[in-house]
This record gives sequence, structure tokens and C-alpha cells, in this order.
Amino acid sequence: MNRFLLPLAIFVVVVGFLAVGLTLNPRELPSPLVGKPAPYFSLPQLYDQEKTFSPNEMKGKVWLLNFWASWCEACKEEHPVFIHLAQSGEVPIYAIDYKDRREDALKWLKQWGNPWTVIAVDESGRVGIDFGVYGVPETYVIDKAGVIRYKQIGPLREDILQGKILPLVRELQKQ
Amino acid sequence: MRWLLVIILLIPSLAEAKEARPLADNPQVEARLKHLAVELRCLVCQNQTLADSNAPLAEDLRREIREMIAKDMSDHDIIDFLVQRYGDFVLYRPPWKATTTLLWLGPFLLLIAGATALVLVLRRRQKKLADVTLSEAEHNRVAQLLSEGANRP
Repeated sequence: MNRFLLPLAIFVVVVGFLAVGLTLNPRELPSPLVGKPAPYFSLPQLYDQEKTFSPNEMKGKVWLLNFWASWCEACKEEHPVFIHLAQSGEVPIYAIDYKDRREDALKWLKQWGNPWTVIAVDESGRVGIDFGVYGVPETYVIDKAGVIRYKQIGPLREDILQGKILPLVRELQKQ
Repeated sequence: MRWLLVIILLIPSLAEAKEARPLADNPQVEARLKHLAVELRCLVCQNQTLADSNAPLAEDLRREIREMIAKDMSDHDIIDFLVQRYGDFVLYRPPWKATTTLLWLGPFLLLIAGATALVLVLRRRQKKLADVTLSEAEHNRVAQLLSEGANRP
């Protein structure tokens, strides 16, 4: 009996490691940008192409920045969550239209609605690189000082919004 | 007629195969890009290098690296640029850090554990063999059996 005890223990430990590994999502990488100032950019707006948008305009406010594209399927999934959030008015949400075609983006917005205050256009994806975007949708929580406090990779779900993002936003708004 | 045939046969050679991606003009830049890109991971298809991947992000990053090479930035600075944005995950060779100690030392620890276990098991086995002692009578019998065996054709 004793001679089986050690292999069994090793087996249990290995199974334990594998079981934990299965619950992790390999696509969710910890962002090195959390806790650092949001990269500076100045991009033309989608609707009013004459105007630009830069994160400097948001100093003193807690806000969400969502990278989105009309070609992105998962963006449709999170869209109702943003529409709902925009109606609540709890936090301003801005978007960057990532590597998209203008006419496609406009068509998409007409069909599904626009929850964002301003949509900036990152046609080349260069600002996306500065933010470490590697798959849309991605959503950043940025505090009053312009520091990234949280990064959501993949579609924003209602439970993540209620459980993580909104509590964080409320806390940051108090600061 | 024969000439016509020759001309017809020559036509396909005009349709030469095109490169999948037009390489940049400067072969030195390309060589450095390749040297760097095989060490970097594509974030989208995570088991491919930046050199192998055809994902749009990988293309963008290659373009970005090309520009940095053109600006004469060092390999170290270029890799830093990517690590600052995407974390250590972009590196195929993870750096030596407190969090990666186990990753680097793990194989050696396993080797040491295996070697120790092997030595212990072998020693125990040897002890068991040494414990067997033969009496005089048994010894004679063994000698007799062995000599009988040797005489057998």
C-alpha cells in the first residue's frame, strides 16, 4: 500500500495543476500598462473628422476607453452592455474604432446604436499598439490622473461590469 | 509551326510566382527584422512567432519594428518597446526574474529529484542483495550445481 502512496500523491498534485490550468484563459494576458499613464494620442473623430480626440481632454474624470471595430464579432456581444451603461450615465465611455473602414463603422453604428460619447479613429492600429491591444474588444478604465487602472480583454459582460468595473469606477470617482 | 509551339511554351514562364508579401527594399533591415521576429511571440496566434504569423497585428508589429530598425534603434530598445506594451509574454525566452525562477530552475530540480530517487532505490536494492548470506553447505551445493552445469554438453 505504502509504495503506491507517493505516486498517488504526485498524480494528485499534477491533476491539481492541470485542473487550475484549465480554468485559466490563455488569451487573457496581464497588461503591463495597468498602473501606468495611458499612452498619449490624438486621433480624428469618426463623425466629425475635423475634430480630434485626445485623452488629455479627459483629465479629472474617470472614464472608459473601448477598442472596437465593425469587423469584430465579439464586439456585438458586448454592445448591449455598453448601451445599457450609456443609459445609466454612470461613467463616460469613449471608443476607438480600431483598424476599420469608416463607412463600415458608420453602417454598424446605425444598425446597432452608438453608446459612446466620442469615437476616435485609429486606422493604422498604431495607437492600439501603444495600448498593447492584441484583440478587440478591449476596454480600459482610466482614472482622473490619466492612469490605466484596469484592462478588460475580450467582450465586457454584465457580471464583469457590475462586479469589477463599476465598483472600481465608483472608488476612483471618490478620489 | 514549331516556333509557335516554343512561344506558347514560353508564356507560362512570364507568369512568375509572386512573393506572398513584398519584402521591404532594404535586405539589411529584413535580416535584422527576421533575427528579432523569431524571438518574439505573436499575441494573436500565441504559438507562432512574429516572423511566422500572418495575423494583422503581427503585420503591424513587423511594420513597427521595421520603422524602429530604420531609425537605428538597438535590438534591446526595440524589445523593450514591445515588452512595455505587451509584457514578457511577447518574448519566447522569458527573462530571469523572481516569478520565473521556478520556470528556469524547475527542470534542474526535477533532474536532481529523479537522480536522488534513482540513487536511493539502487542503494536499497544493493543492500537487499548484500543481506543474503550462504551457509557452508549451501555454498558447496551451489558449486556442485555449477560444475554439473558446466560438464553438461
